[in-house]
This record gives sequence, C-alpha cells and structure tokens, in this order.
Amino acid sequence: MNATRAQTYSPTSVAPLPWGRWSLRVVALIWLGVMIALPLAVLFEHGLREGVVKFWAEITNPVALAAVRLTIFAAAVMTLINAVMGTLTAYVLTRYRFFGSRLLNSLIDLPFAIPTLVTGVMLVLLYGPQRTLGAWLEARGAQIIFAQPGIVLALLFITYPFVIRSVQPVLMAIEREQEEAAWTLGASRWKTFTRVILPMITPAIVSGALLSFARALGEFGSIVVVAGNIPRSTLTAPVYVFGQIESQNQMGASAVSIMLLALSFTLMLLVDWMQKKRGGEHGAG
Amino acid sequence: MAQDSAGIEPPPGTRKRAERPRGFEWALVALAILYPMALMAGPLLAIVWGALSSGFGAMARQLASPEAVNALRLTLLLSLAATALNTVFGLVVALVLTRDDFKGRRALNGLIDLPFAFSPVIAGFTLILLFGRNGWFMSLIDSLNLRVVFALPGMLMATTFISLPFVARAVAPVLRHVGQEQENVAYTMGAGYWRTFWSVTLPNIRWGLLYGVSLTFARAVGEFGAVLVVGGGVTRFTETATLYIYRSLDDRNEVGAYAMVLALAVISFCLLWLMEYARKHAQDE
Repeated sequence: MNATRAQTYSPTSVAPLPWGRWSLRVVALIWLGVMIALPLAVLFEHGLREGVVKFWAEITNPVALAAVRLTIFAAAVMTLINAVMGTLTAYVLTRYRFFGSRLLNSLIDLPFAIPTLVTGVMLVLLYGPQRTLGAWLEARGAQIIFAQPGIVLALLFITYPFVIRSVQPVLMAIEREQEEAAWTLGASRWKTFTRVILPMITPAIVSGALLSFARALGEFGSIVVVAGNIPRSTLTAPVYVFGQIESQNQMGASAVSIMLLALSFTLMLLVDWMQKKRGGEHGAG
Repeated sequence: MAQDSAGIEPPPGTRKRAERPRGFEWALVALAILYPMALMAGPLLAIVWGALSSGFGAMARQLASPEAVNALRLTLLLSLAATALNTVFGLVVALVLTRDDFKGRRALNGLIDLPFAFSPVIAGFTLILLFGRNGWFMSLIDSLNLRVVFALPGMLMATTFISLPFVARAVAPVLRHVGQEQENVAYTMGAGYWRTFWSVTLPNIRWGLLYGVSLTFARAVGEFGAVLVVGGGVTRFTETATLYIYRSLDDRNEVGAYAMVLALAVISFCLLWLMEYARKHAQDE
C-alpha cells in the first residue's frame, strides 16, 4: 500500500503519507497538551479561583515578596558573573590551545549531569560553618553557607554551562580572517575584541545569560540545603512555594508559582525571539 | 589536525587551528581554568575527602542497607521509564516540528520549552492540584481505584515532565540540518513511512538522539524537588536516591548521605562521558 501510494506523490514534494503525518501531529499535540498545557491550566485556575484580590494579597505578603525579591537579586548577580566568565571561557576555548583545554571543554557540561541536591551537599561540605574552609572563612567574617553568598555560589555552579554553550558555536563560526584583518589594520587585540567580535556574539551572550537567569529562578535542590531558608533573609521563592505546599496553603503556593512562571516564561520567549531574529535553529521558522 | 585543541571540530572551512596563548593571553587562560576549578573542583574534592574520612567500609555498609538499595532501584526505574517515554514522544515532537507544517506548530514549539521555565517544586505542585485531594481528576482516579499523588504514577509523571524537552530539543536541529532530501529519495523509491524512519532518518540523527537521551536520563536521576512534593519521600516506598540523601541529612546520618552523594556523583560522571561522546560524534557529522 505504501509503495503505490507514495509513488503517486509529485516528485518535488515527496512527503510522508497523510495518515502518518496526521497521526504524528495528533500524538504530539496530545502529549504536550496533557503533559504541559494541563498543569499550566490547573495552576492558573487555582491561583485565580478566589479572585484577583486574593491573588494580589498572596503575592504581596511580605515574606513572599521578600522571597521573590531575593530570588531575582541572587539570579541577577549570578547572571552578571556568568555572562563575563562564560564569554571569557568560550573565547579561550575556541581561540587557544593549551594544556588541559580538551579536558576543560569536556567538563563544561558537568553541572548538567550532577543532581542539584548533590551540588548543594558538596557546597555545604566545603563551605559549611563547621568545615575547614568554611570555619576559616567564618573566622574572617565571611559566612557563605546559610547566607546569601551560598545561594549565588550554588546558582553559579548549576548554570555554569549556559553562556559558554551559547557563545561557543557563534565564536567558532566567525571567520578568523575578520579578526586578522582588524589586526593588520593596526587594531590592538582588545580593540579587535570589543569592536569586531563582541558585537557579533552579544546576542548569544544575552540569550545564554537570560536562559541561566530563568533556570536560576526555579532552582530548588541546591538552594534548599545551602541557604538555610530563613524567611525574609535567605528564603527563596521556590523554597517559599515548597513551604506553602507543606503547610497546605495551596492558594499562596499557586499565586507565587504563577508569578515565578510568568517571569521565567517571559524570559524564555525573549530568548526564543532573539534566536529567531538571529536565524538560529531554535525557532519554528 | 587530529589534535584539535577545543575538542570540537569546526564547521569545515570556518576556523583555523587554535593557537598557543602568548603573553597577556595566558592570564585569560588562567582565569578560564581557575574559575571552574574554584567553583566545581573544590566542592568535588570536598565530597571525596568527606567520604574518605568517614571510611569506605562504613559507606559501603550504608549503601548496602535496604533503604539505600531501594532508593537507588526506584531512581533507576523512574529514570528509565521517564527516559523511554520522553525518547518516543520527543522524537514524535521533533519530527512534527521539523517535517510538518500546520497552524499550531509555532505554539507547539513554544509549549515544549515550558518545563525549562518550571521550577521542579511547581511541577510537583501542579500534579497535586490535578490528582490530589480536591484535585481536578480526583473523582476519576478514585473511581478507577488508582493512586497518583504520594505514589509511583505521580512520581513518574513528575520525572517525565521535568525532563521532557531534552530529546526533542537535541534532535530537532539535527533533523533540520540533515534535511529531507534523503527521506524523499527513500519515499520515491517506494519505502514506507516506518521503513524510511528506521533506515534513513534514525541513522542520521543517532548521535543527536543519544545526546538528548543521556541529558534526559541525567536530569531524571537528579530530580529532587518535584518528586519530593508529589511523592512525599516515604522510606522504602516513594523514596528516591535524592530523597534518601535529603532524609539522611535531616536524620544526621552523614555517612549515609555522603555515600549516596558519591554514588550519584559517579553515575553523573558516567553520564557526562556519554553526553560528551555523543556530542562529539554529532558535531563530526
């Protein structure tokens, strides 16, 4: 059946059989509908069930507000450091050959492979108040674990690959000749970087940074062990949501969840839009 | 140039060989090496050191305890099942995204990234809202005599949700890059839909698929927040490896926690190796 039907298609647009195409389409729609649209719908229904006023009261609760503010602040600090260090690492990895460069390149993805809870436990082991390095630092007035620096540190660990992996392919595709042309014209290396290379990789840096920011907004596993979760001081929004679920305040949990999701989804849309503009492979078009 | 320094093969004709750093450039290289060393190698060494100081005998005994064995078995089971589901449906979604064209495709493309923006805690929470007490589908599950929340089905759904985008996102760019020509040739020669998929499409995307599958599995093994919320972490029943670590820390059973942390770290390194292996092959093609 397939053979004869397939041959009746015009040779220029030999497409899969219509029934196959339709069944694939339906399967994909049902899968994503059930797995993603449904959870999203229930969350919004639940958060707004008792009206906008109640929703507003829940997100402007001082503890919730402080948690959201801390989450955004820590994510922003992390994103800045990540953008600089990620760009530098990607540049070094694509331009230079040195002892250990291959190894470094294959260890970049490590944070994708390590469970975030494990990350948190490792950080506590190293910087915890009763540990060698932690005790030494604390004697000098620097508390890391159960304080805000610990949160930023955990976020830096788990989002380490994002900017690098976003910038690397763009750097590799830049013609070496353009750089060399700038040098021959008398530009210094630094000037070449800021005037020639940086403008070309900025969109990739920004999209990598935004992705890491969105990822950091939802981080739970590492932070719950590292932060100490003191309300209004080291309690982040996902941990706050967890607390609300545990104490059966579903309304409060939904409201803050919706806010977090709205924020991170806006960022993801922004990234998608930027990548589409750049003609990347990410977009639908 | 077999010894390419970056470990990534450049797209043909776009980049000359990486060079040795000179003078000031060594500072950049040093920074790119020292930063991940401080960020990641320190904590990793701390866990190895912590494990060594508690003794391998004690750790092995902890890992051989029924609770630990059960937790590891449950993690493996959930991760395998979630990876299988996400591989099949991820392939379908990737095919629809690249080989099909209809009005809702753009929406589909946005929908698939949503789990990246979801905090794991929120993902688990939506399952409670759907299937828990007073949930949307509570009467349906009750009439079927099923348990979803605080039971394995809910944990499987949570794990699947959290690792949902990886396969589709790893495979779609490869599918787009390979193009449809070879498939069209197969159709013209009379091959059916299945035959074409198995003998043309699948071999073309195998490395991208393996990369996506290993990312999915790594993410599933490390899942913590979502299974904590939806499973409740009942010892020997809904306790995965990460939940075992969390409980052991709470119980001040540090040896048990470190033993499991080390076990998961070893699994992570194996998965990282697999990811890198697949990524390199995917880039070669």
